[in-house]
Amino acid sequence: MTETQSPLAIYQAHLDKGELAYQWSPEAGRAVFYPRLVCPYSGSTALEWRVASGLGTVHATTVTHPFQRGEPYNVALVDCDEGFRLMSRVEDIDSMAVTIGMRVRFRVHKPDGEEPAYPVFIPAEGAP
Amino acid sequence: MTGLQRGGAAIVGAAESDLGLVGDGFNVIDLMAQGISRAVEDAGLKLRDIDGLLCATTQSRTSGLNLSEYLGISPRFVDTTILGGSSFMFHVSHALAALQLGLCEVAVIAYGSTQRSVGRQQASVREINPYETPYRPFLPSTAYALAASRHMHEFGTTREQLAEVAVAARQWALLNPAAWEKKPLTIPEVLGARMVSYPFTVRDICLVTDGGGAIVLTTPERAKSLKKPPVYVLGCGAAITHANISSMPDLTVTGALESGRQAYAMAGLKPADIDVVELYDAFTINPILCLEDLGFCAKGEGGSFVEGGRIAPGGELPVNTNGGGLSYCHPGMYGLFLLIEAVRQLRGECGARQVAGAQTAIAHGNGGVLSSQSTVILGNSATL
Repeated sequence: MTETQSPLAIYQAHLDKGELAYQWSPEAGRAVFYPRLVCPYSGSTALEWRVASGLGTVHATTVTHPFQRGEPYNVALVDCDEGFRLMSRVEDIDSMAVTIGMRVRFRVHKPDGEEPAYPVFIPAEGAP
Repeated sequence: MTGLQRGGAAIVGAAESDLGLVGDGFNVIDLMAQGISRAVEDAGLKLRDIDGLLCATTQSRTSGLNLSEYLGISPRFVDTTILGGSSFMFHVSHALAALQLGLCEVAVIAYGSTQRSVGRQQASVREINPYETPYRPFLPSTAYALAASRHMHEFGTTREQLAEVAVAARQWALLNPAAWEKKPLTIPEVLGARMVSYPFTVRDICLVTDGGGAIVLTTPERAKSLKKPPVYVLGCGAAITHANISSMPDLTVTGALESGRQAYAMAGLKPADIDVVELYDAFTINPILCLEDLGFCAKGEGGSFVEGGRIAPGGELPVNTNGGGLSYCHPGMYGLFLLIEAVRQLRGECGARQVAGAQTAIAHGNGGVLSSQSTVILGNSATL
């Protein structure tokens, strides 16, 4: 069987609808991220697409300072509740105030111009 | 069993090319060839003796071809494995296998970079990753900073402890005439330097220099008749855990745990048996992680381990005796220089920075963003 849409294209189409998609590997019994054609845990090619709740926890965080101009910005690794990790950033909060263990909620960031949409996170106070 | 034979190959030549900032027009093949020429001379061999060529560089797509042509050699064994800064430790185990199997008799491992002259962007072109690039990680710094944040969170490691690593490296560099950095460095100076990616200032991060070099390996039999005392390959190990930092299984545990286990088992040695420790220090967190994963201290205790000058000259454990990537030189993929320094220490050639009576050394390479780890344990003839 020939795949008609790349994993990235499917992921991007979900983002365009405001959804954070990931893959589920029934054979491995765990989530897979980034999306791909082969499960790295089981070798299975039977990967299912699922939509995440959008809730997660900051696993690691840094503030990167541009060499020449521009404001320092947050870069974080976020563990989503469904059991996958992704690189992202936490917005709506001072970048140095982002802490490991902080609960966060996904939102879609739509850059100006040609650049495709991508997921960012905001603090999710009170989220379980 | 790995099938690799303890002491099955010896390093018989080692040399740097010109380092620091090379002149206009020099390219990476120039530097690799210069390193090979000097390393072959160091061994008492000739270029025409080379029948095995192992090399890696980000600036020549077919470096094995270009280097063979440049030197006028026609090696029957070639390996251009490239896995980041640890590539050369991988090359050592591949050279050992090739020598053991008779695929070659004299193997050289070479590296070259002109990244300071041409700029990082040109020397190491960044690949687009649609799942990371949008967040503008300043790679590799941002990735290592994320790992450091986790170490600080889980184990209470402090920025001062990270700075201790940079200060110790600088103290060693001041004993090495070939080192780029020539002035003393203090912990407050590290902490107060320009922030790059928290918790790292520019002083927590390796240098950006040009440079290259080579080592020469041959069979133990042939090694005995050459110019310098042979340095034997006692153990090798390798592990790959991920490519991108977002896929690293555990940000506080590197593949050095596995590569070290393999190398110690092959060498029949344990951490306490190692006299000189050469660890890839692209960032100040790296030696802390590797001291833990290679068993010099318990997991989580790397920060307190490096306090009080323990890894500095005169300290309990000599680590990165050339001044490291932090203060000696760091031309992009630094692993080869760890091997060169380990060889020199085991020959007793290191002058003011010589570790007295050194018989065993570990040279541990790191590549990517803590992605590939490769360990080589070396020893002089007393260790066979």
